[in-house]
Amino acid sequence: MKSHLIHQLNKAFENRIRLGIMSILTVHKDIAYNRLKELLEVTDGNLASHLKNLEKLEYITVEKTFKNRKPNTSYQITELGKIEFTKHLNTLEQLFKK
Amino acid sequence: MCVYLTLKNKVLYKTLIMESLDTNQAIQEIHRMMNRSLKFLSLSGLSGVFAGIYALIAVFIVNKHQNREWFVFETPEQNLKFYITLAIITLVLALVTAFFFTKRKARKNHLSLWNENSKSALLYFLIPLISGGVFCLALLHYTFIGLLAPTALVFYGLGLVSASRYTYSMILPLGILEILLGLVNLFYIGKGLWFWAMGFGVLHIAYEVYMYVKYDSKQSNTTKRTKF
Repeated sequence: MKSHLIHQLNKAFENRIRLGIMSILTVHKDIAYNRLKELLEVTDGNLASHLKNLEKLEYITVEKTFKNRKPNTSYQITELGKIEFTKHLNTLEQLFKK
Repeated sequence: MCVYLTLKNKVLYKTLIMESLDTNQAIQEIHRMMNRSLKFLSLSGLSGVFAGIYALIAVFIVNKHQNREWFVFETPEQNLKFYITLAIITLVLALVTAFFFTKRKARKNHLSLWNENSKSALLYFLIPLISGGVFCLALLHYTFIGLLAPTALVFYGLGLVSASRYTYSMILPLGILEILLGLVNLFYIGKGLWFWAMGFGVLHIAYEVYMYVKYDSKQSNTTKRTKF
């Protein structure tokens, strides 16, 4: 039963940073790149590659706008991302309960 | 065969422990990230302790003055001016100390002091507090001196309750206690000084000590768990 559950975990969320990105995005409607960087305490290159990864999987979307004439990049979670992350969380909790 | 089986069991058991450790860590990380992104968690407990100490010192001075032990003013206006100055000094000292300790804690946690969360926490704290301040000025204007202490306690408690969504949720019970104390004080007008000492002094210090003990024991538990 245990090994069965393990396979249900989503590989996309195994990484600590990607797990962090998804956790933050589930509780925010929309979050700025810089705020994400501060909260996760990671470097630009590291964060960007993980964000691109999640974007490719269509778990998050990017929005580039201008705020006071400065470029402002923000991220949102998609419906698919929400569903997949909730599934991942439920599996984690079940695993932990055992 | 038998040796092989026990060995296999041992390996299985070990991987099971490792897995549950990983899941535990993952769940903790998710919790930490959600909280860190939603709440202003740099508020330092020490600021509460110092606010409490300042309040008790101020109450002590006022008590001495009322008993005519240290100094006496000639007119009631002078008395009032003295009390108001003392109250303002106490408040400013408490705020400066809170700012200092909070800034230090934010630096330690690698978080900026001025972000969305601290802004919301401050805003929702200040809305009831400033309303209460103006209300108290009106009471002073009509010389309803007896109502000052309960009003200040109630509005301060409301400020804590309203800010609790944006910072440590444990601030909520403290706010409710302050409100209750203020409401009881409404029926014991004239004893305001003692309620003030209780609410701003004793309650702050007791609460922070309680939080410190609770948080500290929690922290040692998690270290134990990681070691296991």
